Amino acid sequence: MVGVPLAIFMILIWAMALVSVLWSFTDWQGIGPLHFVGLQEYNYLFTGYPPFWPAVSHNLLWLLFFVCIATPIGILLAVLLDRPLRGSRIYQGIFFTPVVLSLAVVGFIWELQYSPVAGHGFIDSALAATGLMSGNSSPDWLGDKSINIWAVLVAASWRHIGYIMVLYLAGLKSVDPSLREAAAIDGASESQTFFHVVFPVMAPINVVIVVVTVIESLRAFDIVYIINHGKNGLELLATLITNTSLSEASLIGFGSAMATVLLVISLVPIVLYLTRVMRSEEQ
Amino acid sequence: MSGTVAMAGQRTAHNRARRRLSRIGLYVFLTVLAVIFLWPMVYALYTSLRPYGELVANANGAFSTPKTLNLNNYFNVWNNSDLVQYYWNTAVITIPAVLLTLWISSMLAFAISRYKWRFNLIVLMIFTAGNLLPPQIIIVPLYRLYLLLPVPAPLSDNGLMYNQFIGLILIHTTFQTGFCTFVLSNYMKTLSMELVEAAMIDGAGVFTIYARVVLPLVRPALAALATLLFVWIYNDFFWALMLFESGGKRPITAALNNLSGAFFTDPTQLAALSVMAAIPTIVLYLILQRYFISGLTLGSAKG
Repeated sequence: MVGVPLAIFMILIWAMALVSVLWSFTDWQGIGPLHFVGLQEYNYLFTGYPPFWPAVSHNLLWLLFFVCIATPIGILLAVLLDRPLRGSRIYQGIFFTPVVLSLAVVGFIWELQYSPVAGHGFIDSALAATGLMSGNSSPDWLGDKSINIWAVLVAASWRHIGYIMVLYLAGLKSVDPSLREAAAIDGASESQTFFHVVFPVMAPINVVIVVVTVIESLRAFDIVYIINHGKNGLELLATLITNTSLSEASLIGFGSAMATVLLVISLVPIVLYLTRVMRSEEQ
Repeated sequence: MSGTVAMAGQRTAHNRARRRLSRIGLYVFLTVLAVIFLWPMVYALYTSLRPYGELVANANGAFSTPKTLNLNNYFNVWNNSDLVQYYWNTAVITIPAVLLTLWISSMLAFAISRYKWRFNLIVLMIFTAGNLLPPQIIIVPLYRLYLLLPVPAPLSDNGLMYNQFIGLILIHTTFQTGFCTFVLSNYMKTLSMELVEAAMIDGAGVFTIYARVVLPLVRPALAALATLLFVWIYNDFFWALMLFESGGKRPITAALNNLSGAFFTDPTQLAALSVMAAIPTIVLYLILQRYFISGLTLGSAKG
């Protein structure tokens, strides 16, 4: 009963990840025999391939933006909405709605805000109409490579915040209320109660939040793909992999080297998470 | 003495006023944020109802009040793209994938939670870790594998796994089974074992216990997961984009990639397309909000 699904899972997920690692040491282009070339593809990746380091820095920026801005906002909303508050459920419902949209639709919806074509995009039209910026000088939010990653991060955060809020709210609901009462009797303020009492006992959820945030930043793909296939300032590791070895070229050895880099980075939060689960399971 | 009491009274009054003020501040903050959150969706809906000509003719462009609002953009998009086909593709992939995932993961979870094997934890870890991998790591080998795997006729019209509904159902089911098994086995551990033991004493077999005793008890968790899975698989962009040739077999979310070229030139039609692609999940969410949220929280509550 366990064997068959487990075998399929091993083949389709873990064996494929292993094949990616294997191929990363070849210069295979999809036809002919495999040639093992050692670290040649990695060497080219790190020193000769211009979009690689921008992609790494965009993934890093994505992570930093989520860790420093989107995730804290989601946690803040959860803490605020966890208190008895009229309309709390309605607020929760509103903040969560973007989470049920696909990232492709999120991309479309924000395209409507950001479009630089005269009269098309809301932001540029509003800037022009209120006289803050003339039609010609208003920024091309998604086309200008110095700002487009920020524009995309705003759109991605719009969806990430609600997700974090719901996860955190669930954790807050499971905190023993007597802890808070005790803190209140001892004269702790609300922020003291949160940081010194609630936050520490939320450790399991905090780990989930960290893992979700890191993994979402590494997985980022859909939204930039729908906007411009991950080019011109929107390079990400995930889009470089598919562009080089599937959709635009067939440099499989090279793409696999990038996939391996992504795998190694992803294993950090995964291992962190698993050791955590393991420890709680042993207790 | 009475002076101290009066002062204390003043202080509580002062405190109450302050608390009231901070409460008003909280409402203002939440409301402003809620408006910001709703804005992109409301604006997409609004734009989808406006004639394109009005946007271009107006000196203020998109930043303007409407003269006319109608559903013409929806009719245009509907008539100029195979939306019916894409919705159908979505249904053919999503519904079997959700049912299969729930069926397999509930059996797995039953086995894992019912019997104490030494490798239970390892099985769960293999699933969980696999679930967390970015799918881009495995896509290239998986794509090649799908080009090699032979699949007989009724399930595949080109003899392969690639470019077939069955291929998508397989990868979705595989990926989601990990998460669902994790959630369901945790849920089953919280169930009282008395009913199971009573059934065993009555001589019920393992499958009878699974089907007649355990499944009915986990129905709330199954409902929550079904809602969640439907939305996730519906929203999948990546697998369907990579494992189908660009063409009529893609489900609606991935088909947006083909359609974007045709509609990017006209924001009003782009808006109508977005609304139509979003409606199924939004409606489901509005109806089954409770299940949806409990599905997510089931997954995280254990850590």
